[in-house]
Amino acid sequence: MPEPPSFDEAPLVLRAKAGDDTAFADLVKHYERRIFRLAKNITQNDEDAEDVLQESFMKSYENLDRFQGNSKFYTWLVRIAVNEALMKLRKRKSDKSVSLDEQLDTGEDTLVREIAVWDDDPEQKYSQDELRSILDNAVSSLEPIYSTVFQLRDVEEMSTEETAEALGISVPAVKSRLLRARLQLREKLTRFFQRKGDDVLAYL
Amino acid sequence: MLTCKDFLRELNEFLDPSSTDPSARQELEKHVNECPNCWVVVDTTKKTLKVFKGMQASEVPTRVKDRLMAALERKMAARKPGGCGETHASE
Repeated sequence: MPEPPSFDEAPLVLRAKAGDDTAFADLVKHYERRIFRLAKNITQNDEDAEDVLQESFMKSYENLDRFQGNSKFYTWLVRIAVNEALMKLRKRKSDKSVSLDEQLDTGEDTLVREIAVWDDDPEQKYSQDELRSILDNAVSSLEPIYSTVFQLRDVEEMSTEETAEALGISVPAVKSRLLRARLQLREKLTRFFQRKGDDVLAYL
Repeated sequence: MLTCKDFLRELNEFLDPSSTDPSARQELEKHVNECPNCWVVVDTTKKTLKVFKGMQASEVPTRVKDRLMAALERKMAARKPGGCGETHASE
């Protein structure tokens, strides 16, 4: 089910900044699902994701007067949520090096191990619920550095630049991660979507 | 001559026609028309993008939403009396 296409956050943000709490609550209602999904993708843990969701909206409410409107409110909110989620990860893993901006090895950017032709409308083989669980599982099996980029770019259709800003990474990093995310997901979905009777061929 | 590896490295550009210059694009087109494997990768990647595009995130569990709204309301209420500028006088 796609998002309603014409949500304009700007008037709500202005009202919220002027002290209208109802407007802020409307922003929360509009974005909570996406922030929760993002938090789950990064922390890979429901309990942590719940905390991240709450802390992100609390922080954005507290700091709303510092939001300048140079970027979209949602971009700013994602940035806050990503930081909160990374802090959770660091606590849980007691690993100070957790971040989304680690260097990638560039040698393995063409992850295609198998290949099979898919049905024309492969998603129609499944019910809505089945499809959602297949897609959710595929995304959550990716490393957070890939799932976050994929979610923002390909699912929510943010621009490359906005995605870079929201995640605090460079534009080239967004592009290379997106490629790897797409190829990995393609690979994971092949099992569900390939045309019956076709063999999976070894490739590359 | 492009190898499959070269082609895959440019897959994002290939899928987004606005971002490739015409001569590079021509080479990519040529490769995909001659290479059945890369053709399948392009086709299945397009289908991957199609099933995910615009997929709405699952509903946040009610318990979690209630906890969030309760915490926010506490914060909002705490802010009111001291006031950062004007507040609503309607209630």
